Amino acid sequence: MAWFKRNRKPIEANADRASRVPEGLWAKCPSCAQILYKKNLVANLSVCPKCAFHFRLSAADRVSSLLDGPWTEHDATLASTDPLDFEDTKPYKARLEAGTASTGLRDAVIVASGHLDGYPAVVAAMEYGFIGGSMGVVVGEKITRGIERAIAERIPVVIVSCSGGARMMEGTLSLMQMAKISAALARLDRAGLPYVSVLTDPTTGGVTASFAMLGDLNIAEPGALIGFAGPRVIEQTIRQKLPEGFQRSEFLLEHGMLDTIVDRRELKATLSRMLRFAGARRDAAPPPGPPPANEPDTTDTETEVDAPEPGPSEAEAPAPAPKGELTEPPPSDQAT
Amino acid sequence: MPLELLEFEEPIGILLKEIEALGLLPKTPEREREIAELRDRVGSIRRDLYANLTPWQRVLVARHPSRPNTLDYVALLFTSFSELHGDRLFADDHAIVCGLAEHHGTPVLVVGHQKGGGDTKEKIFRNFGYAKPEGYRKALRAMRLAEKFRRPIVVLVDTPAAYPGIESEERGVAEAIALNLREMAMLSVPIVVIVSGEGGSGGALGLAIGDRILMQEHAVYSVIPPEGCAAILWRDANRKMEAAAALRIGASDLRDLGVIDEIVPEPEGGAHTDPTAAATLLDEALTRALEELARDSPALRLDRRYDKFRRMGSVGLVENDAEPAAGEG
Repeated sequence: MAWFKRNRKPIEANADRASRVPEGLWAKCPSCAQILYKKNLVANLSVCPKCAFHFRLSAADRVSSLLDGPWTEHDATLASTDPLDFEDTKPYKARLEAGTASTGLRDAVIVASGHLDGYPAVVAAMEYGFIGGSMGVVVGEKITRGIERAIAERIPVVIVSCSGGARMMEGTLSLMQMAKISAALARLDRAGLPYVSVLTDPTTGGVTASFAMLGDLNIAEPGALIGFAGPRVIEQTIRQKLPEGFQRSEFLLEHGMLDTIVDRRELKATLSRMLRFAGARRDAAPPPGPPPANEPDTTDTETEVDAPEPGPSEAEAPAPAPKGELTEPPPSDQAT
Repeated sequence: MPLELLEFEEPIGILLKEIEALGLLPKTPEREREIAELRDRVGSIRRDLYANLTPWQRVLVARHPSRPNTLDYVALLFTSFSELHGDRLFADDHAIVCGLAEHHGTPVLVVGHQKGGGDTKEKIFRNFGYAKPEGYRKALRAMRLAEKFRRPIVVLVDTPAAYPGIESEERGVAEAIALNLREMAMLSVPIVVIVSGEGGSGGALGLAIGDRILMQEHAVYSVIPPEGCAAILWRDANRKMEAAAALRIGASDLRDLGVIDEIVPEPEGGAHTDPTAAATLLDEALTRALEELARDSPALRLDRRYDKFRRMGSVGLVENDAEPAAGEG
């Protein structure tokens, strides 16, 4: 007979948000178990200062981490009509609403334009919090429009993938988005414009088998799960456990599928060097001082970047741009 | 009775057994009449069944072990086929076949997934139609040859999926498929794609970019197999019938959604009941598509091919200006 009895249930950890930065003041690193002050973690681009574990980043934070100053979101109001009228254990419409409620987005990608270290660029970032970052018709259309915009303005494209793949609830239409985006990338490629694919945890399925693997340069964050078939499907096929580290960034690098693996804190500088190599047009050096707190432009207005006349594309030496053109003009109210 | 019957064809099976039994007895005019009547009933039941296939039954027909496969159609639709092997990088994948052939006297390149009919040995040799990266790379190599010599390309799509195994991932199956999607969009020669059996997700799409997408009446084309979808969304692979219905993977659904251009009819009871008739029906659509495409300039064809895929999914798009429920700053 025990002398003491435990009356209360033990306090349970909130397990469902393990890989995202939790709410509140403190966060625990799932890799090294270090308790981290959240403000420090965010200032460190959600990379654990102790073990360099990369927390998953929201699409808005991702864009802000790559673009200088304010940026313009495109096609923010584009939404899915639920073309198949899909219902599994839950109506797809309810899943869409839940995704919007938790992320503030209409679908699983933000496509933005702005300056990446002074280089005008289109940047797309996928939002894992919206139905697992899955690609349906909205993601396909927004990214395709972003690529077409880049071709029209003759600027580079950077796409940061974070997705479970094509979205089942839009059926074969989702599959076709792989073809649609890849066709747009073919035109970007033939136009001689750079495309850098950044693969983050996780990038799988139809996203990997289309635009994520088509970069002029494919670069990944450390330790990201990257693959075509999911690990469980493969285990069922071969009926044995998969080796440690299978389908992680380092595995792909070793098998020749990636150009490089880059720590998130070095990502912007790496991209900048790549864009310089690619001869991308640079408008100006980024604004000095600490990176400003970026707010996504949640209006659906699209402000054209008031950039100086594009010089020859080889001209990478940043011409001292006139003051006032370093950043974009404030968004106007006209919708395009 | 050489045909393998599907589970929903059981009523036919009973009648066929009866016919067989009668056939073993000595012939009399009465028995002959009885047999003819039974055959009529088989025909009408089959008509009924195939006119009202459920989505899951469509999947079973598309996967039918006797359904004509790519090499069957190659033999029926083309002459002087010579197969091209290997991706010049790693290996020859037997789950995808490529070859030079003639279609009514015109040289064309044929590319297709090969599931492997016949015995188990052949099926294993073809890896059940699960292609590996070298298969997609071989296909692109062959298609570039066709472009160089300005020959049209005919693609037959029939695969459960790209092979989900370790070596597939190691050698970059995702990259191989992705590159085909990008490069096929830019090939300057006509491409006619025929979805003839199972259009299994990325593994199918990796060969399926073209100017015309034809689909046989009982083929399916899906982002994920119904079993896989059921296992993920319903958490129960046995809900595959519901998943098959929800995914809308049949030919008429896909035509309505703008994924395919044309449905190619099949003989009553499916292509497997009469492969020659199936090939004749297919040949009509293929010949027409090739003739139409030959009239356009390469530049016009490429623009139209781009626009065709560019429009895919527009049925599912809407501008929603209302404030999102929460989360905006």
